[in-house]
Amino acid sequence: MTIFKLSWRNIVGSPLNTILSLLLMSLGVGIISLLILLNNEMKQQVKNNLKEIDMVVGAKGSPLQLILSSVYHIDNPTGNIPLSSINKLKKNRLVDFVIPLSYGDSYEGFRIVGSTHDYIDLYNAEIKEGRSWEEGFEVVIGSEIARIHNLQIGDNFYGSHGLLKGGHVHNDYAYTVVGILNFSGTVIDKLILTDYQSVWNVHNKDDDSEMEITAALFKFKNPTALIKLPRQVNETTNLQAAVPVFEMNRLINLLGIGFNSIQFIAVVIMIVSGLSIFISLFNSLKRRSYELALMRVHGASRWQLVKLIQLEALFLSVIGAILGLLLSRLSIYIISSLVSENNTMNNFPLTFVAEEFWLLPSALLIGIFAALIPTLQAYRTNIPKLLIDA
Amino acid sequence: MLKTTTISFSYDNLNSFIFPEISLNDSEDLLILGKSGIGKTTFIQILAGLLKPEKGSISLNGVKYADLSLKKMDEFRGKNISLVFQKPYFIKNINLIENLLTTLKLSGNKVDNTKCEYLLEQIGLSDKSYSKTYELSEGEKQRASIAMAVCKNPDLILADEPTASLDDENCDIIINLLKEQAKNSNSKLIIITHDQRLKSQFKNTINL
Repeated sequence: MTIFKLSWRNIVGSPLNTILSLLLMSLGVGIISLLILLNNEMKQQVKNNLKEIDMVVGAKGSPLQLILSSVYHIDNPTGNIPLSSINKLKKNRLVDFVIPLSYGDSYEGFRIVGSTHDYIDLYNAEIKEGRSWEEGFEVVIGSEIARIHNLQIGDNFYGSHGLLKGGHVHNDYAYTVVGILNFSGTVIDKLILTDYQSVWNVHNKDDDSEMEITAALFKFKNPTALIKLPRQVNETTNLQAAVPVFEMNRLINLLGIGFNSIQFIAVVIMIVSGLSIFISLFNSLKRRSYELALMRVHGASRWQLVKLIQLEALFLSVIGAILGLLLSRLSIYIISSLVSENNTMNNFPLTFVAEEFWLLPSALLIGIFAALIPTLQAYRTNIPKLLIDA
Repeated sequence: MLKTTTISFSYDNLNSFIFPEISLNDSEDLLILGKSGIGKTTFIQILAGLLKPEKGSISLNGVKYADLSLKKMDEFRGKNISLVFQKPYFIKNINLIENLLTTLKLSGNKVDNTKCEYLLEQIGLSDKSYSKTYELSEGEKQRASIAMAVCKNPDLILADEPTASLDDENCDIIINLLKEQAKNSNSKLIIITHDQRLKSQFKNTINL
């Protein structure tokens, strides 16, 4: 029976204390790790979907809403704008390209987005099966929709008004699937893409009023336009221009405050777990002082006793931390399977994240620190106590 | 061979003790009788090298305690001296045979499973090998603690009141076991006690 094994047996031998310490440590580490994973995933998603979009122009309203609806497809559109007004902006020499978007309809909760072929290129998406749309009411669907609804080339469906399931069905116009995209890990996986003209036609059958779109994505030729153009649009037209990078940074900063306060609570829980390890070691040592003296009588050195106590604390803290890391992944798994399948957030990665690396050494340090006083006690174990107290 | 000169020790001016010379060959045993408060435990601690005497010297197999540093004394004790206490102690979270194996390991001996099993069989506890020590009866515990003491084949076994809390029957069993096991492992045995029942069982007796 080595010191290593013995320390393990001591932990297993007092299950209640052990469970409490492990629970607290895994909770603390788990929450911090969960926040790190969520934060990372969010930033990653924000970055992935931003692509080369420098500016979004849409109807007046909340700039954040405009970005969330036109870039991330997780909010409602702000309204419609005339296509002609976008064509005017397009002539500005600072503009590289413009992609018009018409959205607001959906199929089974998945958004139908009318655009141009440039939109597919923007996301570097490739057509896995079939071809791109050529005529009105032909659609290319994202890989997730094809998977979830088992849609195939040649299938027909009707769009319904609004972005939620159960809206008014436009049953005069059937869409036909002509292409399926490869999985790209971006928002496009969950979109139904078609010609923007088709989306317009669904809503204005007989009308020959001026054509409108929902928003337009802009790419600039050089970054100085980022300062100049959005302001110009906002001041001189009745359109709204929003810069995705600014808006998303604002959003992340806002969420960051919440993240930080939860993280603070988690750190407190980790420290409390250290306290719990300390208390359980301290108490058990009182009971075990004879045991330690006995070991000394049989030839154990002081340092072997130190090792015994340190190992017990380290077992608790490290196992607790590992459980915490597993716990956060389990939570992520549960969260992502609970979130509705047509949510535009993709599945979370379950790998180790760089920011988490400090969690294990921290747990280790908490363990060493918690064992400091008990270790000192063990070091001072007095053999004659066995004889005198008999 | 264990050899001591006359030893004196005092905690303070009021509590000072003088202990007689001892000379003990391998496989010999010695009973030291004394009333409470006469310094029996102090004497055991001195013989175990846990306390340093003021005057006098102790040597075990030619090794003088006074020559050893504190750390060296700890090592020497671990290897060569076993203590049997009035109250038996074990490591709680491991079973009986693991207690014996741990003792072997800590004292720097070969961890020998067969030997420990054999020893437990000899003292009639082979069916308790895998029991937790707190599940044993008092008599069984005392027997087990003798196994703990002899398993590392010490040169010297020091027993401090090993029978004080036992009835006559168990007292006989324990003393015979101690003597027998000490012989088997070729150890010198010193029992310090106030228990007059043991008087008849030993040839060598010293009264403090």
